Amino acid sequence: MLQFPLVRECPYAPPAEYTQIREDEPITTVRLPNGREAWVVTKHEHVRQVLNDPSFSADRLHPDFPNLAPAGQPIPRDDTARSMLMMDPPEHGPARKTVLGEFTVRRIAALRPRIQEIVDERIDVMLAGPRPADLVETLSLPVPSMVICELLGVPYADHAFFQANTAAMIKRETTVDDRQAAFERIRDYLEDLIVVKEADPPDDLLGRQIRKRRSEGAYERAPLVSLGFLLLVAGHETTANMISLGTLALLENPAQMHALRADPARTLGAVEEMLRYFTIVDTVVARLCTADTTVGGVPIRAGEGVLTLGQAANRDPDAFDAPDDFDIDRPARHHVAFGFGPHQCLGQNLARAELQIVFDTLLRRVPTLRLAAPVADLPFKSDAAIYGMYHMPVTW
Amino acid sequence: MTEATMKIVADLSRCVGAGQCVLTEPALFDQDPEDGTVVVLDEQPSGDLVRAAYDAVRVCPSQALSIEE
Repeated sequence: MLQFPLVRECPYAPPAEYTQIREDEPITTVRLPNGREAWVVTKHEHVRQVLNDPSFSADRLHPDFPNLAPAGQPIPRDDTARSMLMMDPPEHGPARKTVLGEFTVRRIAALRPRIQEIVDERIDVMLAGPRPADLVETLSLPVPSMVICELLGVPYADHAFFQANTAAMIKRETTVDDRQAAFERIRDYLEDLIVVKEADPPDDLLGRQIRKRRSEGAYERAPLVSLGFLLLVAGHETTANMISLGTLALLENPAQMHALRADPARTLGAVEEMLRYFTIVDTVVARLCTADTTVGGVPIRAGEGVLTLGQAANRDPDAFDAPDDFDIDRPARHHVAFGFGPHQCLGQNLARAELQIVFDTLLRRVPTLRLAAPVADLPFKSDAAIYGMYHMPVTW
Repeated sequence: MTEATMKIVADLSRCVGAGQCVLTEPALFDQDPEDGTVVVLDEQPSGDLVRAAYDAVRVCPSQALSIEE
């Protein structure tokens, strides 16, 4: 039986075993680090089915939930501190809808001019600095970090603190005590910040949520701390890694990079293709079956864990033609890189806006951008739950 | 099918407010400003919008949209 998680040997390809599983036995059992078994689901159709079926629970704190981090999940102090990521119906829908208004297409469109300013400022800093520069430090991390900090109303000056603690939480080898400590430090920070905002709620996401929840007679501090935590952590690592990897994919496919520079209208599709191609959040997406059901003809019983392998699904030839090719012009919008169903990424349109603006601006303002090290020497995050690069030396 | 008989149906209990329909065709779809759920602006589109309606159904990331023919 295969031992999970598997490691990406090549930044452009899923682990070779994914393809084999999908072709031979698309729903099969694997061994987890804690010695338990879980199902893996690899076909696009089946991943969508599992993630949109109420027979599967997202309760990561349940003892039977399939957990890939040997250290397990950080434990909230009490039940009101669980984030919506772990909730099931009927609790999940209302928790999500309370904040969804902050992430509509219209709201994100209104943020675009400010995102553009932030991207331009970061590129100014990069161009004024030494060559080679580390794209991760100068652009990939600061852009999503500044955007999420402004949106939430968190001082960007504290970004080094969140980044260090977030990085500790997603590294697979972090010990259970260290993971819990990093989790507690960010929660304590946010709790102190929210206490200050409660006195006179400002016009930022956390302040607006305080006012909205009070007007509905439902304000409690712990759920808002959890929401802030979720948005701050999710807003840091994911988009940053996609900025680095997307830039790499363009530099490695110069004909497509030139086509994109010549016609920025292609950026929308190019970003979807990058999301599909790299699927940086892969094995994190898991569920616990809570009612006997059948997926693709395979019976799955209550109490069994399921890993929905987004990276395998996004390379499924039944869903994407020539799936291993990077092609910015392909129709890729049905990818599952943001998940699927009720728990899919809340900030997906913010991520799209940031990525579109970064690639458009970078290609236009730094047309001679190139890697300053061979791809084989780049430090990829093979040891983290979210794929990406630790550093990316570039010059121009 | 003929354009005159199609109707866009939105299941608000399934909608998770991803906004993919709005990105597909803002002439057909909008989002509730408070909870982000879909607002169908034109249930019975015609012309070029018919194809956009089918695209929106296909990319909806929660299978909340369907077309009755």
